[in-house]
Amino acid sequence: MTLTPLSKPTTSPLNDTPNNALTLAARPDKLGRFGRFGGKYVPETLMPALKELEEAYYQHRDQADFQTELNGLLKDYVGRANPLYFAERLTQYYAPKSKGQNGSGPQIYLKREDLNHTGAHKINNALGQVLLANRMGKKRIIAETGAGQHGVATATVCARFGIECVIYMGVEDMQRQALNVFRMKLLGATVTPVSAGSGTLKDATSEAIRDWVTNVETTHYILGSVAGPHPYPMMVRDFHGVIGTETRAQCLEKWGGKPDLLLACVGGGSNAMGLFHEFVEDSEVRMIGIEAAGEGAETDKHAATLTKGRVGVLHGAMSYLLQNSEGQVTEAHSISAGLDYPGVGPEHSYFKDLGRAEYYSVTDAEALEAFQLVSRLEGIIPALETAHAFAYLETLCPTLTNERIVINCSGRGDKDVQTIAKVLNFE
Amino acid sequence: MVSVKEQFDRLREAGECALIPFITAGDPDLATTAQALQVLDSSGADLIELGVPYADPLADGPTIQAAATRSLQKGTTLEAVLDLVKTVSPKISAPIILFTYYNPVLNRGVETFLKDIYAAGARGLVIPDLPLEEMDSLLIAAEQIGIAVILLVAPTSPEERMQKIVARSQGFVYLVSVTGVTGVRQEIANRVEGLLAELHKVTDKPIGVGFGVSEPAQAKQLKDWGADGVIVGSAIVKRLASGTPAEGLAAIGEFCTQLKAAIQ
Repeated sequence: MTLTPLSKPTTSPLNDTPNNALTLAARPDKLGRFGRFGGKYVPETLMPALKELEEAYYQHRDQADFQTELNGLLKDYVGRANPLYFAERLTQYYAPKSKGQNGSGPQIYLKREDLNHTGAHKINNALGQVLLANRMGKKRIIAETGAGQHGVATATVCARFGIECVIYMGVEDMQRQALNVFRMKLLGATVTPVSAGSGTLKDATSEAIRDWVTNVETTHYILGSVAGPHPYPMMVRDFHGVIGTETRAQCLEKWGGKPDLLLACVGGGSNAMGLFHEFVEDSEVRMIGIEAAGEGAETDKHAATLTKGRVGVLHGAMSYLLQNSEGQVTEAHSISAGLDYPGVGPEHSYFKDLGRAEYYSVTDAEALEAFQLVSRLEGIIPALETAHAFAYLETLCPTLTNERIVINCSGRGDKDVQTIAKVLNFE
Repeated sequence: MVSVKEQFDRLREAGECALIPFITAGDPDLATTAQALQVLDSSGADLIELGVPYADPLADGPTIQAAATRSLQKGTTLEAVLDLVKTVSPKISAPIILFTYYNPVLNRGVETFLKDIYAAGARGLVIPDLPLEEMDSLLIAAEQIGIAVILLVAPTSPEERMQKIVARSQGFVYLVSVTGVTGVRQEIANRVEGLLAELHKVTDKPIGVGFGVSEPAQAKQLKDWGADGVIVGSAIVKRLASGTPAEGLAAIGEFCTQLKAAIQ
């Protein structure tokens, strides 16, 4: 299989067919907007840095040496292409619950991002950005992390290239993801605890941005989701686009067609966007993103931004946002640190408004059930984040007959076993 | 109530450099903020920046972050801040400039927000996370309503960009003295002198310098380098927050007097 992660032009006019019901304009436009979402809402000090980054990205991304280095490392260091795995027992489990006749049911496939080096999709982006930072002559890397997967991925690529690395992480997250904190330290990174606010991903991101404002002339900020100011939502999406391009090729190889449904969890939304991007113009492919409903989307303890939020500005982008009547950003809640974020990537907000993708939410309890079910049926322990996507099968499968579903198995759950053991009172 | 421009015109005529202290509304409580505004006004403040507390203040260092957190924990709302401005602004001569992040503005509706703050008596507005590119409609509305939107220039702003910002800024131009967030710093970087000279070459508008100014000597340095105004935030917020409200008020009054004396 050829690896062409950046083969999709990011500014292609997608509305060239006059009958296209979705007015999917160039995504993003020159100002970094996806419809009314996105943009750059940052202190003036950062504006030149964002322009520099955008220019560097456009300059390097299609160049042969960049592509060769990135593709080489994705193959030999990350372990791509990872498999598209037919989840036979999960498929059997859901067949009787589906509308399929004679024991048939939806066919469930897993895109195995969990098999990547460092255990999640996050390294696709971290690797792309560190190569860019190198070419921009930046000597220091900073990043925010929630579950620690992006922090580990960033610390990993910084170790690989011998670059100083500082990771901002909320104190609450450092507790529930202690294993990943240790991994980052082993990899030579400095992990800086953030106790402001709720001590989670939102606060870690704010602190990383403050560091960047201060050290912008020497430092590159590897933002870990399809969030933040332009060009991050576009660039992070493109670096994860390899997930979708591989999936398309693997579907063709396995059954000579496309998937009918794509399913992924959404916090900031990077793994979902990585899978979706390739298929946005294939209007027959349904795209479903699953947010964390925490203790319930009707309670005040959830992270279901697209389901329950209103349009606002957070961390440099306009998007759906959990906020109170005063326009103060509210604290999100999810058992999964990687989904515990009151914002969401602007392109997801755009897809939601256009109706191009559907977004639903599942609770902590539902995710925990799915976590155990997938572990027992498939011998795959998914990350708690990923378990949210699996949990939606309970709702989805009864509406399906024999469609082919691709779930982005975005990360593995080793990091979560302590949390789960505590919640389930395992001995 | 005088406008930001009228105040600067008056100061320029008198050959004075403007002192612009900053405090966070509602820290430690709104009653103290009301008193603090009056103390600052009578201790030499020419304009006053009043921070609307925000939960995610990206451009602020630890001191102002903490003040905003304390204020929000007390339950400070935008409505209450506007009520405060309405009560206090007729009693003071320094025009009030509101400092707020963009989301609360967007949440209220840009035009409504501008009309409401004008009606309350504010005359200027600083939004640190709203750069020039995103500002068009707000600037046009503000001009009609009578609110001076003060834009920020950073040490990293390239010349061409700096010129565009300066051209659109109303009242004065806010020069950020450091690449960094707000907070007390020991020294003012030498490059501020060059930045001030560069700015004066391209505009007649007054230049106010802020972020990191914490001592009377630094304020004087900035005046000597050609600053038309000096903005002091964290150093005031810190003093107001130490001790009882009465002690805090006395401390900022004294400090404000020293600052003004240094730049007179």
